[in-house]
Amino acid sequence: MLGSGIFKGLAVTAKNFFGSYFCKSRLTTLQYPEAGNTITAFSRNIPFLVFDSEEAPLDTLRCVSCKICEKECPPQCIYIVQDKDANGKALKQPRIFDIDISVCMGCQICVEVCPFEAIKMDSTFELAGADRFADLLLHRDQLAKPNTYFHKIHPAEAQEVDARLAAKQKKPAAA
Amino acid sequence: MILDNPDQLIVNLVQQGLDLLSGFPIVVLVLCLLLSTVPLIAIFPACFAITTWLERKGLARIQNRIGPNRAGWFGLLQPVADGIKMLLKEDIVPRAGDQLTHFLAPVLLLVPAFTVLAVLPFSRNMTPAAADTGVILFFAIGSVSTLPVFLAGWSSHNKYSLLGGMRAIAQMVSYEIPLVLSTVTVVMLTGSLNTVRIVEAQQVSSWVLGDNAALQILGQVLKWNVFTPWGFIGFLIFFVASLAEVNRCPFDLPEADSEIVAGHLTEYSGFKYALFFMAEYISAFAISGLAVTLFLGGWSGPNIRPWWSDDPQALLIPGFVWFFLKMFALILAMIWIRGTLPRLRVDHLMGFAWKFLMPLALLNIFVAGAYYYLPRWIGWPAGFVVLYVCYEWLGRINRGSLGPKRTYRYA
Repeated sequence: MLGSGIFKGLAVTAKNFFGSYFCKSRLTTLQYPEAGNTITAFSRNIPFLVFDSEEAPLDTLRCVSCKICEKECPPQCIYIVQDKDANGKALKQPRIFDIDISVCMGCQICVEVCPFEAIKMDSTFELAGADRFADLLLHRDQLAKPNTYFHKIHPAEAQEVDARLAAKQKKPAAA
Repeated sequence: MILDNPDQLIVNLVQQGLDLLSGFPIVVLVLCLLLSTVPLIAIFPACFAITTWLERKGLARIQNRIGPNRAGWFGLLQPVADGIKMLLKEDIVPRAGDQLTHFLAPVLLLVPAFTVLAVLPFSRNMTPAAADTGVILFFAIGSVSTLPVFLAGWSSHNKYSLLGGMRAIAQMVSYEIPLVLSTVTVVMLTGSLNTVRIVEAQQVSSWVLGDNAALQILGQVLKWNVFTPWGFIGFLIFFVASLAEVNRCPFDLPEADSEIVAGHLTEYSGFKYALFFMAEYISAFAISGLAVTLFLGGWSGPNIRPWWSDDPQALLIPGFVWFFLKMFALILAMIWIRGTLPRLRVDHLMGFAWKFLMPLALLNIFVAGAYYYLPRWIGWPAGFVVLYVCYEWLGRINRGSLGPKRTYRYA
């Protein structure tokens, strides 16, 4: 019959309409702030800096301020200034490590190129602020997060990284 | 007793109130004017607010979403929030545009949208303007609404607005023809252009005035025009053409968002934009109300006489309840169709109006004429058969070919 396709279409939408009231699996929308979020072990958003000891966070940063990530970052959102001691001798740690998260595109290239396992991807996403410049420029102390946090958000990857670091430490001792 | 007739409760109360003031004819005149306009201006924008909520909820469920659920209980305060947002928005007028016309367009669009509501019989003795030429008046005033849409398109000085305005003119003028032709059948068979008479003709008055409750119910349902062959096809044509008249999906080409930004609404913001939307929805209510009046029995519905009443005209459920139920049923059908069908192409839209709906509406007039003269037991089935054959035949000759067979050299 002419026009029967319209009725088929109407039946499909009617099935969706009534189905959404009875079949919970149809309604995939998560009611975000109340019903939690969908962060998984594979979620990644912006980078953070890993440190090892909870007692002295900024002294045990793995970052040696080699600036490879700064050079490789495609949107150039990383800004690093190397630390110096009283005599003006360069230290293997950053004095300034800023990431502009309004520019960061979460590509993970900084993580891929870092030879020291110092920068990893974070899964947090609630980064909104009232000031569109100051609140979106994260500094060294905001970016520094402990290795235990890394274990918490990405357990498998953190274990791998720990094993790799342990192997690296053993090698010079054996040689 | 005033409660003898619940159907006429409001009418009787108003009448008694006016009788008290009979010493002051000027006051009575002013009150009468206010009483026939203020309820329309109050009730239909309220219906508009509810419908925006219904539409958003309905479309969301059709797409397996939840829809607005933050503002108020089940998101019922969402229209209020939207209204406040619209009021607070900046009103932007394009510098190169025609300032006066740009301002006039939404205002002018609202006038015919509200005016046509006056000829609709909402209940017995509840017609704001029971004109003898009600149906013609409705279309005469309603067709004015094409012009403000084009004004909006022209005054915006924007190519998308102008395209939308031109599409609106082409579409509304084309679809007006099947729309009016499909109502001709009703006017022919009723012998009146008066909307009140058309509703009364859809009741079996001897059954309604009788004592049998079952016959009272049937008498207010069975004679609806939609249950006759010409009324059924006429209703379908009217409904489809009315979708196009009020720019509803799948005929929303004037504001096709995926093609021409928002058509004639592109350069409108804030409250003027809201006015456009209100006018659009109120004309949807008006044209659904006319469809209800012409084909679905108007304010008559399965209704009985209250058991305590001696008045043979008395009805238990007020007529406007049935009227608004049927009107909202049509609005829900419009929402359902919007959630289902994709937008038509421009040439398909024109072809559909001129090559399919118009011949079918013309044939429908002949069938209605034959139905009038033939005995019912022949006219009813024969009408359906003839109209069905014509429907299929028109569809077939309009199908067109797929063009020359394509050959693919490297496929």
